[in-house]
Amino acid sequence: MNVELIGLTKRYGTAIAVDAIDLKVPSGAYCCLLGPSGCGKTTTLRMIGGHERASAGDVVIGPKAVGDATPAERGTAMMFQSYALFPHLDARDNVAFSLRMRGVGKAERRAKAMAMLDLVQMGHLAGRLPAQLSGGQQQRVALARALVTGPKVLLLDEPLSALDPFLRVRMRVELKRIQTELGLTFIHVTHSQEEAMALSDLVVVMNAGRIEQAADPRTVFERPATAFVARFIGGHNVIRLPDGMIAVRADRMRLGDEAGPGALAARVVAVEYQGTSVHVGLDADGLERPPEALAESSPAALTAVLSDSAFAARPLRPGDTIPVGWDAAAAHRLDA
Amino acid sequence: MDRPRGFAFYGLAGIFCLYVLFLYGPTLTILALSFQGPSGGLTFPMNGVSTHWFAKLWEGVGVVDIWAALRRSLMLGLVVMILTVALAFYAGLAFRKGFWGAGLVFALAVSSLIVPSIVVSLGIGLEFRLLDDAVKALADATGWGLLQDHGTFMGLYSSALGAHLTWTLPFGLLIMFAVFNRFSPAYEEAARDLGATGAQTLRHVVVPILAPALVGVALFGFTLSFDELARTSQAIGGRNTLPLELQGLTTTVTTPEIYALGTTTTAFSALVIGTALGLTVWLQKRRARRALAGLRP
Repeated sequence: MNVELIGLTKRYGTAIAVDAIDLKVPSGAYCCLLGPSGCGKTTTLRMIGGHERASAGDVVIGPKAVGDATPAERGTAMMFQSYALFPHLDARDNVAFSLRMRGVGKAERRAKAMAMLDLVQMGHLAGRLPAQLSGGQQQRVALARALVTGPKVLLLDEPLSALDPFLRVRMRVELKRIQTELGLTFIHVTHSQEEAMALSDLVVVMNAGRIEQAADPRTVFERPATAFVARFIGGHNVIRLPDGMIAVRADRMRLGDEAGPGALAARVVAVEYQGTSVHVGLDADGLERPPEALAESSPAALTAVLSDSAFAARPLRPGDTIPVGWDAAAAHRLDA
Repeated sequence: MDRPRGFAFYGLAGIFCLYVLFLYGPTLTILALSFQGPSGGLTFPMNGVSTHWFAKLWEGVGVVDIWAALRRSLMLGLVVMILTVALAFYAGLAFRKGFWGAGLVFALAVSSLIVPSIVVSLGIGLEFRLLDDAVKALADATGWGLLQDHGTFMGLYSSALGAHLTWTLPFGLLIMFAVFNRFSPAYEEAARDLGATGAQTLRHVVVPILAPALVGVALFGFTLSFDELARTSQAIGGRNTLPLELQGLTTTVTTPEIYALGTTTTAFSALVIGTALGLTVWLQKRRARRALAGLRP
C-alpha cells in the first residue's frame, strides 16, 4: 500500500523534531529514511507506525488517513532497533504472539508461525529462546514476527545497526529478497548512506526535521539537491564559488596536467590506499573544510579518488603540491 | 594480576570475616544452644547434646499457644505478601508512566520508612482507639442494637495488616523502581504493535518477564512481615503474632526452650525462602530444557 505524509509534524515542547514534512511512498517501494542522528527520521517512522502521536499533519496509508489508529488497525508492522523479542518465549511463540492475541487457535497459529520462520530460514531453530540466538538469527525471528500478521507496510528502525559488517551485508540482501518476494512497502530508517543506496527505490535524506531530498538513489547521487545531501551521501566535494555552491564527484576531480586552466595549487595532506582506488586528501588556500560531523574520512578540504593504475603511474605523497581542477560538465550546482 | 596480595587484601578480608561472623554468629549460637542437654542452661557450656527442648516445645510453652501464633504470623505474612506484590507492581507501573504529583506521593510513601516504627505503631493504635470511641459514642447516642456489642476494630487483618503494609510497601515500591528502570519499554511497544491490548501486554509480556523480580518482592514482603515486631507491638489487638509472643517469652521462659523455638522459626523462614528460590530455579531450568529440546525437532 502507498504511504503519504501530509504536513507531518512532531513537537516536544518548543523543540521541533519533525517539521511539516510531505512525502509519497508508492506501494511496493523500498524507501529509506536517511540522515544523521537527531534528524527526525526515527520519530517520523514511529508516527507512521502509530507509536508516536503527530502534533500536526496526517499519515495516509492506502485509501485512508490513519489519525490515532492503533498499529494493528493501520496495517503496519514495526521491526524495532533492538528487535524487542520477548525473552520468555521461544522463536515460534514469539512469531505466533500476534496470532495468539487475536485468539487464533494453538495448532493454526503454530503452523503459521512455522511457515513464516521457514520463509526467513529459521525453521530449524524454532524452539530456541532469543538469548540462545545470534544477532542475525534474532533479526530473522523479529522479521518473521512482524510479517506474520500480513502487514501492508513494514517499518524497520535501524534494523542492521546491531550486526557486524559482514552479517550486515548478508541481511541487507535478505531484506531486499523478502521485500521483493512479498511485494510489500518497506520504510527503513538508517544513518548509513551505503545501506540506503544498496536497498532503496526511494531515498529520503533528512536533516533537522526536514526532508532535504527525496528521489531514487541514482538521482540523489548524481544530482544532490543541497550541500548537506552532497556531503552526507559522500563521494562529493562541495566547493563554494563566487556565484554559489557546486558539488563535484570525488572521482571526477582532475589532478596535475589534466587540471585545466582554472586549476588551484593544492597540498596533498592524506593518501589512503583502498585497493581498486586511492583517496587523495587535498588542501588549498581559500577552500572551506566540510563541517566536522559530516567529514567522511579525512578532514581535508577536497578529496580526489584516483584509480589504482592512475595513482601508480603518478604517485603522490603527503606534502606534495599539485594543481587540482575539474571538468565543467562534472560541476553540479547546489540549491544551498 | 599475578602480583602477590598486599596488606590491603588481607586487611579487608579480615574485616569481611568479622562481618560474616557478626551476621551469622548469633544465629549459630542459638542453633547450638537449642540442642542443649536436658540439664543444661541458657548459656554455654553445653551440658550434653539432645533434642530435649524441641520435645518440650512441642508439648507447648506454658499458657501461650505458640503454634496458633505461628499460624497467625504465617497467614498475615501471606496476605501482606500478596498485597505488597500487587500494589507495588501497579504503583511501579504508575510511577514509570508518570503522573501529576508523583514526586509528592513518592516522598509520602517513603517517609513511612523514616518515621520510627514504634511511633507509627502507637499512631495506628491511637487511631483505632479513636474510631472505637466514636462507634461507642454513636451506640450510646442512638441505641442501635447492631452497634451495642462493638469491641474494637483492632485486629490481625485491620490494624496489624496496615502496620505491616507501612513497612513492606515502601520497600516493594523501591524494588519495583529498580526493576522497571532496567525494563525496556520496547517490549510493551512491540506487544502493542502486534495487536495486544493493555491488559494482554501486562499478562503475556510484562508479568512473565518480570516474574523473578516479583517473586523477590513477594519474599521480601513475607519475611519483613513475618519477623516484624516494633510496628506490630501497639497495633495488634487481642491476639499476638509469633515475634510478639517470642518477645513475651524471653522475659518468662528461662530454659533453652526459647532457643529451640528460635531455631524452629529460623528453619521455617529458611524453608519458605528456599522453596521460593528452588521454584524459580526449577522454572528457569525447565524453560531452558524445553528450549534445548526444541533444538532437535
